[in-house]
Amino acid sequence: MGRIPRKYLINRLITLALTVLIAASMIWVIPRLSPVDPAEIALGRMASGAGAVANAEEILAQLRAQMGIDQPLIVQYFKYLKGALVFDFGLSTATFPTPVSALIAQALPWTLGLMILSLVITFVIGNLLGALMVWDHSPKLAKVAIPAAMVFTSIPPILSGLLLMWIFAAKLRWFPLTGAYGLTVDPGWNWAFVQSVLHHGFLPAMAIVIVTFGFWALGMRGLMITVQGEDYVKLAEAKGLKPRYILYRYMIRNAILPQITAFALKIGLLIAGQVLVERIFAYNGMGKLLYDAILDQDFPVIQGVSYVIILITALSVFIVDLIYPFIDPRIRHEGG
Amino acid sequence: MSEPVLSVRGLKVYYATPDGDVLATDDISFDLERGETLGLVGESGSGKTTATSGILRMVSSPGRIAGGRVTLDGEDMIALSDEEFRKRRWSKLALIPQGAMNSLNPTMKISAQIADVVRTHTGAAPDRARVLELFQMVGLPERIYEMYPHELSGGMKQRVCIAMAVALNPTVIIADEATSALDVVVQRVVAQTLAKVRDALGVSMIMIGHDMGLMAQMVDRIAVMYAGKIVEIAPVADMFARPGHPYSKILIESVPSLTERRPMKITEGITHDPRNPPEGCIFQLRCPHVNDGCTKPQPMRELRPGQTVACHRAEELEGAHV
Ligand SMILES: Nc1ncnc2c1ncn2[C@@H]1O[C@H](COP(=O)(O)OP(=O)(O)OP(=O)(O)O)[C@@H](O)[C@H]1O
Ligand SMILES: [Mg+2]
Repeated sequence: MGRIPRKYLINRLITLALTVLIAASMIWVIPRLSPVDPAEIALGRMASGAGAVANAEEILAQLRAQMGIDQPLIVQYFKYLKGALVFDFGLSTATFPTPVSALIAQALPWTLGLMILSLVITFVIGNLLGALMVWDHSPKLAKVAIPAAMVFTSIPPILSGLLLMWIFAAKLRWFPLTGAYGLTVDPGWNWAFVQSVLHHGFLPAMAIVIVTFGFWALGMRGLMITVQGEDYVKLAEAKGLKPRYILYRYMIRNAILPQITAFALKIGLLIAGQVLVERIFAYNGMGKLLYDAILDQDFPVIQGVSYVIILITALSVFIVDLIYPFIDPRIRHEGG
Repeated sequence: MSEPVLSVRGLKVYYATPDGDVLATDDISFDLERGETLGLVGESGSGKTTATSGILRMVSSPGRIAGGRVTLDGEDMIALSDEEFRKRRWSKLALIPQGAMNSLNPTMKISAQIADVVRTHTGAAPDRARVLELFQMVGLPERIYEMYPHELSGGMKQRVCIAMAVALNPTVIIADEATSALDVVVQRVVAQTLAKVRDALGVSMIMIGHDMGLMAQMVDRIAVMYAGKIVEIAPVADMFARPGHPYSKILIESVPSLTERRPMKITEGITHDPRNPPEGCIFQLRCPHVNDGCTKPQPMRELRPGQTVACHRAEELEGAHV
């Protein structure tokens, strides 16, 4: 415990850099295995707009130069890495010539907001319910209702989204149908805007929460069963501590530890899972951006979005690595 | 004699299994006098820990308390509500658990784990000086105040458990094999610590263990358990000089001696299925002196003042070798 040793920090940073480098290389290689030529797609798009294109070969060459795909692969690769370092992924082919970074900058805050909101809610609710399934003093109802609620876990997020939308937006009209904020509010740091954002974000966040809380609840249930059998919990009971205190300080406090690591790892998966939810709620986040890019075979955008997702995941793991010794005293910041 | 501080009558703790109940503790009765240390011995699986959990009302599923009465300081413990019983825990009835290695919360400092029980029962957390006083009493260094359990040796953890048990000056302490997980040297030292603390506080104690040699030095009376039943209770001197039950004899003669080489008398464990004990004497299947009378019920009866035994041939076998 105490301060983070320098050697440990450097080690973690190297791991972080390597993870990102390998992942970035993979997302560069994979689209290049595809037989599709992005320049031809762009040309095709032009052609469908303007009928026939006269000097096709010339335009193709020009497009290729603009996209930088006329150069040797190795040059392309290093240019890409250099760009990735400063979040420069070139220009979108679908919305040519918008820079990919501009599209991402616009989408990222929405996704991060939605993601953090839903992840925190689902993590808290899921773990609490999982713990209550095991705890001896839970209300009887909880032991019946929670497992029943698990069925939501097996429905795809798109259905949960549509279901919520239908009940709470279309029928009850408690929440807006789509969008990230109301058209009448002024984007910026004002209360009306924040309120509108929360109001719009609630249903998409819930759509994610109801399909993901079961994952945490089931994991927590298993961990709690193990912890419940531990000698230190039995002794806590013999000590006559209050049941609630035992639940939080002796049981959940120990059972939650592996869940925190899983939390960091889940972040990347969650963005991917958010794609469809964002799509049906017309929520302008990374998910929707990625979805559209895949439909349009917009490789630079796909690359940029994937890169950012990987970076966020790797950063979360890095942060958890750094704080873990503070939450589990048995783990120390050692050099290795 | 004054009224016993703890009195157990007909305590039954059974574990439900698909093939019937395991009679882990079956109809045991004994008294613990004020200031006395009672040893509870018996081979592994004889139901010592289960009996303890019955007294502490810590039996969890699939186990259940199937009957019996426990009276502590004149108060019926089984009749109390859960919340009332919780308040009696530790302040009146403390435990030094079997397996102290894992009995401390890995994410809490040692001092906090002593403090929380004091705070719960007295309403105020102990100050640092009080915790250090407890440490000193059991021979723990001050520096462990800020430490976590994984930073301590096994012997130190055992001492922490002893310090924790005496923190509220309880009426009765149950020490469940408080030393058996330690190496022989540390075992003796921790046992001495335990005896010292006990004598300083004048607390009544039930000491559970296998080690008859250690028992002889630590306890006033010994209760011998076999397969869920108490088969003999006697003052320690009588138990060693004139054991009344054939099983007690075997246990005592199995204590290794430095001067004499003797073959081990205990070869196998409990032989019958604990779900289906034999009719009559619980030990008849392994007893070298078994006869027709052994299939009749064997209630505990007084052999001489202070010594009770569950064997109808006790007088006859007195002095006989096993
Ligand atoms: N949860 C359970 N389910 C079924 N049987 C059990 C359970 N727990 C204990 N038993 C049985 O109860 C009997 C008594 O066990 P107990 O732990 O009380 O023995 P013990 O005398 O403390 O042994 P040791 O000296 O090894 O600590 C054993 O036969 C054991 O198999
Ligand atoms: Mg035991």
